[in-house]
Amino acid sequence: MSERGLTGGAEASPQEMVERALELSTADGCVVLADEGSTANLRFAGNTLTTNGVARSSQLTVISIVGEGVGVVSRASVRPGGLAGVVAAADRAAREAQPAEDARPLVEGVPASPSWGERVTPTDIGVFEGFAPALGDAFAAAEAGGRKLYGFAEHSRTTTFLGTSAGLRLRHDQPTGRLELNAKSADLKRSAWTGVATRDFADVDVAALDSSLAQRLDWAKNRVDLPAGRYETLLPPSAMADLMIYLFWSSGARDALDGRSVFSRPGGGTRVGEQLGDLPVTLSGDPSAPGIECAPFVIAHASGRETSVFDNGLPLTPTDWVRDGRLEALLQTRYSAGLSGLPVTPSIDNLIMRGPGDGRTLEEMIASTERGLLLTCLWYIREVDPQTLLLTGLTRDGVYLVEHGEVVGEVNNFRFNESPVDLLGRLTEVGAAGQTLPREWNDYWTRAVMPPVRVPDFNMSTVSQAS
Amino acid sequence: MRQIDPEFLELPLRQLADAALQRARDLGAGHADFRLERVRAETLSLYDTRLEGAMDADDLGYAVRVVKNGTWGFAAGIHLTPEAAAEVAAQAVRVAEVSAPINREPIELAPEPVHADVTWVSSYDVDPFSVPSADKVTLLADWSAGLLKGADHVSARLLQVKEQKFYADTAGTVTTQQRVRVHPTLNAMKAADGGFDDMSTIAPPVGRGYEYLTGTGWDWQAELAQLPELLAEKLAAPSVEAGDHDLVIHPSNLWLTIHESIGHATELDRALGYEAAYAGTSFATFDQLGELVYGSPVMNVTGDRTVEHGLATIGFDDEGVRGQSFDIVRDGVLTGYQLDRRMALMKGFGRSNGCAFADSPGHMPIQRMANVSLAAAPGGPSTEELISRVERGLYIVGDKSWSIDMQRHNFQFTGQRAYRIAHGRLAGQVRDFAYQATTTDFWQSMEAVGGPQTYVLGGAFNCGKGQPGQVAPVSHGCPSGLFRDVRILNTVQEGGK
Repeated sequence: MSERGLTGGAEASPQEMVERALELSTADGCVVLADEGSTANLRFAGNTLTTNGVARSSQLTVISIVGEGVGVVSRASVRPGGLAGVVAAADRAAREAQPAEDARPLVEGVPASPSWGERVTPTDIGVFEGFAPALGDAFAAAEAGGRKLYGFAEHSRTTTFLGTSAGLRLRHDQPTGRLELNAKSADLKRSAWTGVATRDFADVDVAALDSSLAQRLDWAKNRVDLPAGRYETLLPPSAMADLMIYLFWSSGARDALDGRSVFSRPGGGTRVGEQLGDLPVTLSGDPSAPGIECAPFVIAHASGRETSVFDNGLPLTPTDWVRDGRLEALLQTRYSAGLSGLPVTPSIDNLIMRGPGDGRTLEEMIASTERGLLLTCLWYIREVDPQTLLLTGLTRDGVYLVEHGEVVGEVNNFRFNESPVDLLGRLTEVGAAGQTLPREWNDYWTRAVMPPVRVPDFNMSTVSQAS
Repeated sequence: MRQIDPEFLELPLRQLADAALQRARDLGAGHADFRLERVRAETLSLYDTRLEGAMDADDLGYAVRVVKNGTWGFAAGIHLTPEAAAEVAAQAVRVAEVSAPINREPIELAPEPVHADVTWVSSYDVDPFSVPSADKVTLLADWSAGLLKGADHVSARLLQVKEQKFYADTAGTVTTQQRVRVHPTLNAMKAADGGFDDMSTIAPPVGRGYEYLTGTGWDWQAELAQLPELLAEKLAAPSVEAGDHDLVIHPSNLWLTIHESIGHATELDRALGYEAAYAGTSFATFDQLGELVYGSPVMNVTGDRTVEHGLATIGFDDEGVRGQSFDIVRDGVLTGYQLDRRMALMKGFGRSNGCAFADSPGHMPIQRMANVSLAAAPGGPSTEELISRVERGLYIVGDKSWSIDMQRHNFQFTGQRAYRIAHGRLAGQVRDFAYQATTTDFWQSMEAVGGPQTYVLGGAFNCGKGQPGQVAPVSHGCPSGLFRDVRILNTVQEGGK
C-alpha cells in the first residue's frame, strides 16, 4: 500500500496526523481536517430487535492551495506511513487545478481550542446500557397493550480536528443522538410517532414516550374520512422543523444572486430586507444554544454553492436568518458575501424558530381550535417549484380532527403542496418553542428548536390511502 | 475482462477474514461473515464553466456480522491487522449479547451454495480514476460553454465511484469484486418574464467507465446541442391545464415512477414491516402474492442483478448470494419480492434472490433494490405510435421532482419537460405540470408499452433506505408507456397563486 501505508507504521493521534500533514505539504497553503467518528445503533420492529451495530471511522482530508488552485484529497484509515502519499496527491491536484473562484486568504487569528491535545472519546454500545432494558420493558408493555413498537436509536460522536498552515488548531466534539419511536395497533391500521434528539440518551424516557403514543392510538379509534382541500391546521414542532430546514437549505446567497431561488429579487439581487410575514417570527442559528450545541467554526471538506474550503475555521456567531418576519440573512461564504455586499453568514448546524412572546403550548392551541387538523409529522418532502419553493410531501402517523377544542378522531392522510416561505406569511399563531426531532430530515439534521404553528388554510392536495 | 486493482488485492484480505471468522467461531457465533470494502468517489462540480468544487474521497474498512444464539451482532473496524479484526469480531459478538434481551425473532439464514474464491468485475472500458481530473474538468467546461450560449447559468457535475468488496463467511464462500459507475449531469437555467426555469440532461447514470463521456452509451453532443432550444421553448410555454389527461411517458421519466411505486413496494422487508418506522411499508402485502392485480396485462416487471451496465448489477450480494434475475410482476399480477437470506427462509422461498447490500463497511447489509425493470413489448410500438393514439394528453420527458407515501400508494412526479398532445401529435411544451396518482390505478391504466426500440436503462446513484441511512445505486429499464386518464396538476395553482 504505497499511498497510505495501511498496514504499516506506528500509531499516531489525529492531532499528530494533522501536524505531520501540514509539515509534509509543499503547497502555498494547507488545511487538514481529521474526523474521528464512532456510532452505535439499535433498530427494532414489531417489538423485537432487527439490526444493530457499532462502527468506527477515521477520515483525513487534505486541502492544498497553490496560487488560487485547490486540491482536495480525503482518505479513510490513513496510517502515518501513508500520510506523505495523501498530502502529495492533494498538492499535485492543487498544482493542476484551475483557479478557484472562492479563493481567499486562509482564516487567521482564531485562538486554539483548549481541548486540542485531549484524547478522543468514542461512543460505544454501552451508551444504551440504561436505554436498552427500558426499551425491552416498553416492548413488553406494548405487547400487553396490543401495540407494536418500531423505531431506531442511534448515538454517534464525531471529533473534528482542523489545522491550517495559517496557524489554526481547532477541535470540535459533536455528540448526536436520536430516538424514533413508532407505535402501531396490532392490526397495523393505526399508527403514531414520536421522536427525540439527545446528546447522550440519559434523558430519554421510553416509557413516557410509549405512553404518549398509546394515547394517540386511542385517538385514532374513531376514524373520520375527509376529502382533499384547504384546512385550518396545527403543525407540531417536528413538522415545522422539516419545513423550515428545507427553507434554510434553500437560502443560499449565490443562488439568490443568480436569480434562481425563491430568495431572488425580480430584476436582480436578493430579497434580504423583505418582510416575509406579518407575525414577528425569528429563525436563527446559534452554535451555543443549550441542548443543541454545534460547531462554533466553519468546517468545510469541499467547496460548493454555500461552502468554501478557504473559510475553514471562521468563527460562527448567533445569526438571525429571519428576524421579526423580515428576511435578514442568507447562507454565505466570504466569496458570496463579497458578491452580494452582505455580511458573511455561513451555515450553522442548528435551527431555532420562535414567535412573539412565550406562545401557547400545543395542548392550549388544540383547546382553542374550533375545527381543524392536528398533524403529527411530514414525510417525503420534495421540491416542486424552486421559484416559490413549493414543496410536496405527505402527512404521516396521525392526522387528527380537532373540534370544539378536543381531538375527536383520526383523519386519513393527505399529500400536501405548500411553500414554507409562503407559509411564513400566512401563520396566524406561533406557539411555545421547544426542542424537537425533525421526522423527515433527522438523518442529516437533529438539532432544532421549533414552535407549533397554526395555518388557516394548509393545502391538502389529495388523499393518501396510506395508514 | 478487466482485473481487480492490485492495490486492493495487496490488502491482507484473507488474513483479516480468517482472524475475524475464527474469533467469531471461538466465541460461539453460529454464522459469521466478514466484508472489507474500499469505496472511492470523485465529485467534480462546475458552475458557468469554472470549477466550483472537487472532492476525491474514499471509505475503507471492514465489518463482521455474526448470529449468536439467534441474534444479530454487527461491528465495523478500520485497523487492518488480524488482531484488530479479531477484536471487531469479538465486539460483534458482544453487540449480539447486549441485544439479545430485546430480540424475539431468532435469526436464521436461507442456505446458499458455497462460492469458493470467486472474482467478479463489472463491464467497463476505462477506469474513471485513471483519467486525470484536469481532463474531466476541461471536458465539462467545454460542454458548459456550449450550453452557456443559450442560458444564464450552467452547472455541471460528474460523480464517479469505484467499489471494491471482499467477502468471506463461515460456510466457505469467498468473493472479491470490483465495479465502477459514473453520472454526468448538466443543467441550464434561464430567467424570463420575472421568473426562471431550468432543464437538465436526461442521460442516465450507468455502470460504465469514463468511455460513457467520450461516445460510448450516450450521444452527449446531440443532447447538449438541443438543450438550449428546449429550455427556450419551455420558458415561453403556456401553463398546463389541470385535469385528467392521457400520458405518454418517456423512459427518462418512467424509470423513477417504477423505482418508487414498484421497486420499493416489492421489497419484502417493507412488506413485512421491518421498515415501518422509516422508509415505510407496502400496500403490496405478502398475503397478496400471486393475487394482487398490480397493473394492466401488458405489465411485466423483473428484478435483476445481472444486466450489463446496471447500477445494482453485481456478481454476489453482501451475503454471498449469486446475482440473479427474477419475476416481480407477470401479466399485471404480483408474483415476487426482493429478498435477503433471512426473509427468504422465513417466508419459504428456499433461496435468497440476492438483494442484500451495504453501502459502506460501516453499515450492516439490508435488503436493497435490484435493477427493477419494466419489459418492452416484443415488436411493440414506437413512442411516436403511442403518441398517435392520444387525442388529448401530455408527453413527459426526464425526471425531476418525486414524492410517494409510506405505503407506496399516492405519488406525485414532475419532469424536465412536457409536451401537449393534441389529436395524436405533439403541440408544443407546457409548464408547471405534475402528475399525481395511486400506484395500482396508475399501472392498471397502462394501455400499452413501447417496443424494445424505446427501451432505456435509467437509474440513480442515491436511493435511500434504512437506519442508519444507506444509499444504493440502482438501474431501471423501461420502454415508453401509454397511460389513460391520469390526474395532472398545475403547480402554480397548487401554490395558491
